[in-house]
Amino acid sequence: MTEANSHVLAPTPRAARQSIMSTVLHNPVGLGALIVLACVVLLSIFAPLFAPFSPTEVRIESINAPMGGEFLLGGDGVGRDILSRLVFAGRNTLIGALIAVGVAMTGGVISGLLAGYFGKFFDSLASWMANVLMAMPSMILLLALFKALGSSMFMAMVVFGVLITPGFFRLVRGLVINVKNELYVDAARVSGLSNSRIIGRHILLVVRAPVVIQTAVVAGVAIVLQSGLEFLGLGDPSLPTWGGMLQDAFANIYVSPTAIIWPGSAIAITVASLVLLGNAIRDGFQRVDTGPAKRRQKRGAPSSPTEPASSAEVVEDDPNVLLSLRNVGVGYSAGETTKEVVRGINLQVHRGEVLGLVGESGSGKTQTAFSILGLLAPGGHVTRGSIIFDGKEISNLPAPAMRALRGKRIAYVPQEPMSNLDPSFRIGDQLTEPLRAVLGLSKKQATEKALALLARVGIPNPQRTFDAYPHEISGGMAQRVLIAGAISCEPDLLIADEVTTALDVTIQAEVLDLLRELQRELSMAVILVTHNFGVVADLCDRVAVMQNGQIIETNTALELFANPTHPYTQMLLSSTLEDSVPRDLVVANQGAR
Amino acid sequence: MSATITEPGTELLRVENVVVDFPMRGWRKPDFRALHGVSLDIKAGETVGLVGESGSGKTTLGRAVLGLATVASGSIKFDGVELVGTTTAQRRAMGSQVQVVFQDPYTSLNPAMTIEDILSEPLVARGGLNRADARKRVRTLLEQVNLPSDAADRLPREFSGGQRQRVAIARALALSPRLIVCDEPVSALDLSTQARVLDLFVDIQEQTGVAYLFVSHDLSVVRHVSHRVAVMYKGEIVEYGPCSKVTVEPDHPYTRKLLMAAPVPDPVRQKARREQRRELILAGEIN
Repeated sequence: MTEANSHVLAPTPRAARQSIMSTVLHNPVGLGALIVLACVVLLSIFAPLFAPFSPTEVRIESINAPMGGEFLLGGDGVGRDILSRLVFAGRNTLIGALIAVGVAMTGGVISGLLAGYFGKFFDSLASWMANVLMAMPSMILLLALFKALGSSMFMAMVVFGVLITPGFFRLVRGLVINVKNELYVDAARVSGLSNSRIIGRHILLVVRAPVVIQTAVVAGVAIVLQSGLEFLGLGDPSLPTWGGMLQDAFANIYVSPTAIIWPGSAIAITVASLVLLGNAIRDGFQRVDTGPAKRRQKRGAPSSPTEPASSAEVVEDDPNVLLSLRNVGVGYSAGETTKEVVRGINLQVHRGEVLGLVGESGSGKTQTAFSILGLLAPGGHVTRGSIIFDGKEISNLPAPAMRALRGKRIAYVPQEPMSNLDPSFRIGDQLTEPLRAVLGLSKKQATEKALALLARVGIPNPQRTFDAYPHEISGGMAQRVLIAGAISCEPDLLIADEVTTALDVTIQAEVLDLLRELQRELSMAVILVTHNFGVVADLCDRVAVMQNGQIIETNTALELFANPTHPYTQMLLSSTLEDSVPRDLVVANQGAR
Repeated sequence: MSATITEPGTELLRVENVVVDFPMRGWRKPDFRALHGVSLDIKAGETVGLVGESGSGKTTLGRAVLGLATVASGSIKFDGVELVGTTTAQRRAMGSQVQVVFQDPYTSLNPAMTIEDILSEPLVARGGLNRADARKRVRTLLEQVNLPSDAADRLPREFSGGQRQRVAIARALALSPRLIVCDEPVSALDLSTQARVLDLFVDIQEQTGVAYLFVSHDLSVVRHVSHRVAVMYKGEIVEYGPCSKVTVEPDHPYTRKLLMAAPVPDPVRQKARREQRRELILAGEIN
């Protein structure tokens, strides 16, 4: 136990715990947007300090004055300083946007939280109201409002805030409904925490990020809409705003063509910074969640120090060997460094034999399987060594050749049967399509063959399953369907990746029986990737045990289970519980002693 | 450990004829009955294993005991107190007595909270401890589940599956409960980790006298930790008895099917078991 514990307590590399703020600041776009916004906000707040003139001071001689005179950016149509008005207008425009965003966010977040968390009556009511608000044409409504209530831009922004509340409401409600079913929320409930505490501690944390992003974008929209209304002449003429300035400049565009640039750029720069800041925050959250992005490496061009030998040199001497891995490494590139997850393994699969590839999670067994299939995730590539299939090097095959090989000679059955069937197509379509594409069968022939295959894998009513959608069949059935698809081309090699892990134990037994029968019938070689020693014992002729990307022991199944030589194999085998003594007997024995 | 520790062997939980229905989507669709009148009892300090395949209702029974699933009829008594039909507030008061460890160590811990926050939350909110006392208790809890005390300042993502599950166990232990519902607590773990976490469960039970309702699909896992075992099939308990009986020589055909289906990690014995299973199927004793 002590030795075992030391393994558990091995220090985990402390992940760099960057805050969102620092990731945004390290993103040049985010930093730029933030600086621009800060300047705009500061200029607006301290407008009286920066503006050289009062925004309402009129000088007759400066009507439509050009740039560079007494008024730095020229004068407007009434003879006011454009620069001063621009600075003061920022104030009013930003306050207007703030009102709209504040109203929308407060209303939307609170109602979204309540509707998502408590559901039921309030949810129905709030969702209905949100739908009504969304159905309203906001521009027309605002225009009508000006007619009814007079020209108060701030009032209009309150109404606009209400009109865009559904955006926040739907966002928050959707997020809350997802989080509500997270196990940690259940655990908090079981701990007896109150609802308000659960919402405050667990749910708000999740909602926070998307709301911040949405706020940045909505603020931009609010500025544009507000300016649009003022451009139409609906604002309060006594208050300087960017939209109002735009209107004035537009009216005098033939006299003073440059005046329109300043309010226009102010709007464009502010809105663009808001949107870019929103993007930067979103990227920041994603980076914190997933770590640094992996760079995609060009496939088929491994940056290996040891070049794989060309196919001419490596004719396999033993014709009985179907697949041979020699010193194969698989690596994932992140920036300049490559992390090897499979570190130089040697493996041979003979024709018609079942090889078990066993190991715990992270041992590299699935990566090994994917490297044979040429299906490594983006960023992954074979770093060294060679993979020889039926006498040919396949680790550097171009994609089309690899695809042809995968369809006909190497087949694959994945772990999660359900996620490997497209939910929007019938089972039959998904089976016949590859048959027609790979084997060139007609539609009728393909249908017949698919039905025969379904019958072959033990599906009681093939026609019904053929016509069914994936959600209409059980997980065990789905796995049989995938096996049927894999054997349709009578492959030489079947790679089965944890095929029974997602299945119930009684279904697992049936699927294992099926695999055994099919393997004998088609005399194909099988690589069975699994963590379950029971499954290995049931099916495999030979076993390779993997740990930390290396194969530490290979032997026949009989020998390996009887005499495991490597300490890790011994530890794994002793961890299996199948032979453990029932607890009540343990207790009884302790009592007797 | 806890002030209200019950004498071992006295009855702690009694579930009688519990029925749970789930409403189906769609208008006027009949409800789906997940539990058809299930009865079970757990004694103080005892582990009752609950085995079944997916859809058998084993998790639903655990959630009903936790108050996370609505019980349509029947009774669940904890220490003589009826839980069915109680208000949320009463239920909350019970909260500290019945706790939970979930299956998935990746989603059962809030990714944004440090381990200390996760563990001290119930202590401060429910146990009435102040920050400093809570911090001390967190160190004790981490020690109890064999995690280093510097784990407190880290986030869940810095830990492996087995370590996260230890954190989840520590959280369940925080309020010194008398019953912990363990919902597939080792299913997501690697083989060697699984064995160690199970041993931890047993150790903790021996130290604190807590009782477990241990839900799992794996007969061998249940055999390792349970005193008594109940087998669920399609919303009913089909067999309930001592562990050595139910998991070694069961009476019910379904339990025998389960037992025969689990492969043994030994090619020779597995071959024998396979033959045995085939004969039973041919004889029509199991399907």
